[in-house]
Amino acid sequence: MTKSSFSNIQSEYLAVIDHNKCVRCKRCIQNCGWGTYSFGGDKILADHSKCVACGRCYTYCPEGAISIIKNPTVIRENANWQEPLVKNIWRQSETGGIVISGMGTTFKYKKYFDHILLDACQVTNPSIDPLREPMELRTFLGKKPSKLDLDFDEKGEPVLKTKMPPQIELQTPFVFGAMSYGSISLNAQKAMALAARALGIVMNTGEGGLHDDLVPFGKNIIVQVASGRFGVHRDYLNSGVAVEIKIGQGAKPGIGGHLPGEKIGIDISRTRMIPVGTDAISPAPHHDIYSIEDLRQLIYAIKEATEYEKPVSVKVAAVHNIAAIVSGIVRAGADIVYIDGYSGGTGAAPIVIRDHVGIPIELALAQVDERLREEGIRNEASIIAAGSIRSSADAVKAIALGADAVAIGTAALIVMGCHVCGKCNTGNCSWGITTQRPELVRRLDPEVYGERLYNLISAWSHEIQEVLGAMGVNSIESLRGSRERLRGIELTDAELKALGIKHAGL
Amino acid sequence: MMTIDASGMHYKELNRLIREGIANGVKKFFIENVNGQYYIGDGIKGDDVVININGTPGNDLGAFMDGPTLTVNNNAQDNVGNTMNAGKIIINGDAGDVVGYGMRGGRIFIRGNAGYRVGIHMKGYNEQLPVIMIGGKVGSFFAEYMAGGVIVLLGLEDDDSDELDIDYFASGMHGGTIFIRKKIDFSKFSNEAELYEIDDKDADFLKEYLTDFANSFNISIEEIYKKPFYKIVPSSARPYAHLYTSA
Amino acid sequence: MLKIKNKFNTERDISGCGLCGIINAKKVKTNGSDIKKAISVEHDRGNGLGGGFAVYGNYPDYADLYAFHIMYDNLSAKSDVEDYLRNNFIVEKEEHIPTFKTSKIFDHPYLHRYFIKPKSDRQDKLFHELEDDDFVVNSVMLINQNYDGAYVFSSGKNMGAFKGVGYPEDIADFYRLEEIEGYMWTAHNRFPTNTPGWWGGAHPFTLLDWSIVHNGEISSYGINKRYLEMYKYNMALRTDTEVITYILDLLIRKHKIPVRLALTVLASPFYQKIDKMENDKKKLYTALRQVYGSALLNGPFAIVFGYSGGMVAMNDRIKLRPLVAASNGDFTYVASEEAAIRAVCQSPDMIWSPKAGEPVMVEFNDIKEKTSLKGGLLSL
Repeated sequence: MTKSSFSNIQSEYLAVIDHNKCVRCKRCIQNCGWGTYSFGGDKILADHSKCVACGRCYTYCPEGAISIIKNPTVIRENANWQEPLVKNIWRQSETGGIVISGMGTTFKYKKYFDHILLDACQVTNPSIDPLREPMELRTFLGKKPSKLDLDFDEKGEPVLKTKMPPQIELQTPFVFGAMSYGSISLNAQKAMALAARALGIVMNTGEGGLHDDLVPFGKNIIVQVASGRFGVHRDYLNSGVAVEIKIGQGAKPGIGGHLPGEKIGIDISRTRMIPVGTDAISPAPHHDIYSIEDLRQLIYAIKEATEYEKPVSVKVAAVHNIAAIVSGIVRAGADIVYIDGYSGGTGAAPIVIRDHVGIPIELALAQVDERLREEGIRNEASIIAAGSIRSSADAVKAIALGADAVAIGTAALIVMGCHVCGKCNTGNCSWGITTQRPELVRRLDPEVYGERLYNLISAWSHEIQEVLGAMGVNSIESLRGSRERLRGIELTDAELKALGIKHAGL
Repeated sequence: MMTIDASGMHYKELNRLIREGIANGVKKFFIENVNGQYYIGDGIKGDDVVININGTPGNDLGAFMDGPTLTVNNNAQDNVGNTMNAGKIIINGDAGDVVGYGMRGGRIFIRGNAGYRVGIHMKGYNEQLPVIMIGGKVGSFFAEYMAGGVIVLLGLEDDDSDELDIDYFASGMHGGTIFIRKKIDFSKFSNEAELYEIDDKDADFLKEYLTDFANSFNISIEEIYKKPFYKIVPSSARPYAHLYTSA
Repeated sequence: MLKIKNKFNTERDISGCGLCGIINAKKVKTNGSDIKKAISVEHDRGNGLGGGFAVYGNYPDYADLYAFHIMYDNLSAKSDVEDYLRNNFIVEKEEHIPTFKTSKIFDHPYLHRYFIKPKSDRQDKLFHELEDDDFVVNSVMLINQNYDGAYVFSSGKNMGAFKGVGYPEDIADFYRLEEIEGYMWTAHNRFPTNTPGWWGGAHPFTLLDWSIVHNGEISSYGINKRYLEMYKYNMALRTDTEVITYILDLLIRKHKIPVRLALTVLASPFYQKIDKMENDKKKLYTALRQVYGSALLNGPFAIVFGYSGGMVAMNDRIKLRPLVAASNGDFTYVASEEAAIRAVCQSPDMIWSPKAGEPVMVEFNDIKEKTSLKGGLLSL
C-alpha cells in the first residue's frame, strides 16, 4: 500500500498572535515544547497543528499577545458521530495504531462526588470553631489489630502488650499518587518529595525505581513494585516507609505500560536499572501473580525482604467486582489497599481502555468499605482512595464514604502548571512535568513547586478542618466512614444503595 | 557454619534464623528437612554466604536475593530467583514455573527441566548480567518481554529434531540473548527476534558458563558440546514503537 | 398503638437531656425518693417525652439470675417471646412489674419481668460455644429486632431499669420507686429532638449490667454505629446511648480493656497531649487511637454509667456538656446541675466540676478483684 501524508485531521486549536502587541521576544518559541512557534524573519509564525492548548505560551508571553482558541472550523455536529470519534477514525485509518493519550478520561460520566452533600450541625449538637479549637487530621495507614492486649506494670498501670503492625503516619490524610520517574520528570518528583516532607505525608515512586536524589526523602516515600520490576532490589524495598505492589491503575485497568526507549536516558536507565534507549515494558500482570494466593506470596516475599518492618500496600483499579477483590487482597495480607477509580490519570493509556474500563471511585470505595465491614476485617487494612480527587470536598466525601486517606495525582501536576492537555505520552510537556527533555525539565523548579504543593495541601487540610468543625467533630477518625453525614442529590435508588447513603431530605 | 533442622518449621522462623545467622557472621548454612518453606534466601545479602538446602524448598526461593549462593539438592517449586539482583541458585533437579522473573543479575542453574514462563522480563543492567541455564526442557512463554541477560536452554535429554516442544516464546523480546542447541525456524515464533549462528565472542562467553554449569552438576562438557549452539537476539530494543498513535 | 420501638423513619434518634447519679460505695441502700427528687430539679432539661431510672441492688433474692424487663404492646408478642425464653432459659420467676396509676402516665405498655438463666442445653449450643453473657446479649438483640411488639429494656443481674414516656418524676411515681431499694441509682430526663417520645427510647439504656444515661448528641454517631456493626452489634434503637453502651461492652467486657482506659477511648486525649507523654504511655495511647479511633465519641456528651463494679461519670474531651460531682461520706453524686445534688445533699464534703474527658469513677468497696480498674481511682 502506498502511504499518504495527507491527513483529514485539522488543528484543534489556533494559536493566535496579536502582532500589534507582540514585541518579538521569542519567549513563546522557547517555551513551547511542541514546536508550534517559529520566527519568520519579521514576525512570529504559528503552526496550529502542533498546538495542544497546554497554556505555556500565553502564561509566559510578557505582552499578553497570544490567545489560544478552539478552531472555529467545525466538524459538522452530530450527537452520535461526535468529533473525537470521527477524528480517531481518521487517525487510526492513517496510522493503523492504537490511540493512546495521557491523563484521565475525557468522557462526561457522572461524577458522584458532585451529587453528594455534606452535613453540618445546627442546635442539637454544636459546630466547632477550627480556628480556635484543636482539629485533628493525623492519620495512620496500616493494619490495625481488632483489639489491643495489655499488660500491667508493678504500679498496676496498663502497658501495651500487642505488637502494633508498622504504620505510616500522615499529618493530613493525603498522599501523592504513584507517578514514576520516566512518566514524569525528576524535578516533578522532587517537588512532591519536598512538599511531602514539609507536610508530613508521603509521595510514591511509581514503578520507575528510586533516583539517588530522592533517597534522603525515604521517610516520606512509598516505593512501588510493578510488573516490570524496574529498579526493584532489596535496598530499594527498604528505602521507603512502605512498599506498594501495583496491580492496576484506574486509567488503564488490566493492562501494562510501555515507557518508550527514547525517554530512557542515562539517568532513567540508572534508576530503572535497564539499558539506555530500550523500551521499559511493564507486562499486564505480574508474572508471579496469576491468582490471589500468588498475591499473598508476593506480599510476604516483600515482608520477608523488609523483615516485617514496612506496611505493604496493594494498588488496584476500581473494576466491577472490586469489593470481593479487595476483600481477597486484605485477606492476602495487604496492610493498605489503594483503589484507583476510572477517572484517574495516566502518563499514557489506550483510550479504548481509559474511557471504557473500570468504575467510579465513589462507588468502588463505598462497596469496598461496606464489604470489609460486613466481613469484620475493615481494621485489617487502610484504604487510600484515588481517581481524580479534585478538591478538599472530594477528599472529605471520600473519607466519609470510608477512605483512610486520598491520593492526589493530577491535582499535583496542575499545581506544577499542567493544563490537562492530555499529551503526557508525547514527552513534549512544556511545563517540564511529563517530559525528559532537559531544556523542558530544567524549567520546573522543585523548590518553587514544592512550596506550591505544600500550599495546596495545607489549604485543603484547612478546608477539611472547616468541614469537620461544621460537622461538630474534631478528629478525622470521627468522619471516616461516617456515611450518616452524607446525602445524595439527583441520584437513583440504585446509586444511593451502591453508595450506602440516603437521599437529601431523608 | 550453621545447621538448621527445618522440619515442621514455619518459613517466617526459618528465614529469621538465616537472617540472624548472616548478621552474626555465619557464612555456610545447611538446612535439612526443608519441605515447602517459602522465601528461603529472600532479600539476603553477602557474596560469600552459601546455603545448602536438603528437601523441597517452597516458592520464591532466592527472591530479591543479592549475592549469596543457594544449592538445592532436590527439585524446587515456582518463582525461583524472583527479581533477584545477584548471587547464584543451583538446582539439582527440576524447577517450577516462572524462574527468574524480572531477574537483574546472578546465575540460576537448573539440572533438569523448568516450567512455564522461564526468564520472563529478565533484564541486564551495566555489569549485571543475569544468566539462567537449563539442562533439560522448558515450558512455553519463556523469555517473553526479555529485556536483557542470557538464557541457555540445553535440552540435554532432548531428541534430535529441529523443533522445540513449545508453542510460544520470546514474544516482546527486546534485549538479551537466548542460546539453544537447535536450528529452529524462529520466524514461526516471533517477528521481534531472530535466530543466528553464534560467533566467537558468543562461544567464549558460553564456554565460561558451560564449564561452570557442567562442574556444578558433574556433567561432561563434551556431552553439552555434542550439538552446535544458536542464538536468538531481538531485532529491536523498541518492539512496540509503531503500535500506537497519539490522540 | 404504643410506641415501644423506634418506628420513625430516622437513621437515629437524638435528644437533649438532664441526668443524675447516686452511689454508696459501701452498698448502703436507699430508696428511690432521693434520685427522684434530684432529677425533678432538672425538670426543664426534658420535655416530658422520656424519663427513667436504673437501680442496682434491687433484686438481692435473685442476684444470680438475669432480670429481664420486657415491654409488650400486645399479648401475642408476649406469648411468642415467652416461647423463646422457655426454650433457651430456665425461668425461675416471672411477674408483672408493679406499676401504679398516676394522673400523668395514662398510656403504657404491658410491663413484665423474668428472672432467668440460660439453659446449659439450649439449642444454640449446637452451633455456638457462647458464654452466658454473650448468649444473653444475643437474645436481647434477637428479641428486640425480630419480635414485633416486644422490647427488652433491662437484662442485668440484681439491677433493673424503670423507664417510660413522661417526666422522670412521673415515671418514678408510676413505678413507685420509693418502694424500691438500691445502693446505686441513675436517672434521666429526656428532650427528644427528632422523634416523639417512645417507651423503649427512654433512658437509661441497659445491656447486661451496663446502664447508661447520657446528655448530648454524638456527632460521630455514624461511624460509631458502623464500627459496632462490624462486631455484630445491632443498633435497634438508633440512639446515642445505645451506641455508648455497646462501645463500653465491646471495650470492657469483650476486649478486657480496664474501665479507666476504655474511657480514654471514648474521650481520647488529643495528639498534642499524647506526643508529650513518656514513651510507653505514648505508645499505648497512640495505639488506642489507631485501633479504636472509630469508637471515639466526638461531639457533646455527658454520661453516667453504672455497672456491677461501680459508677462512672464523664463528659466529652472539649467539655461541651455540663457535669457536676459531689461526695459526702460514702455517697457520691453526679448531675447535670449542681442544684440537683444540693436538693438531696445540702452540704456535701466536696463538690466540683470534672475536667473535660476526665472520668469520675467510684467503685464499690467490696470489689476485691479489681482487674478492670487497674487505673485506680481519680482522687475524689
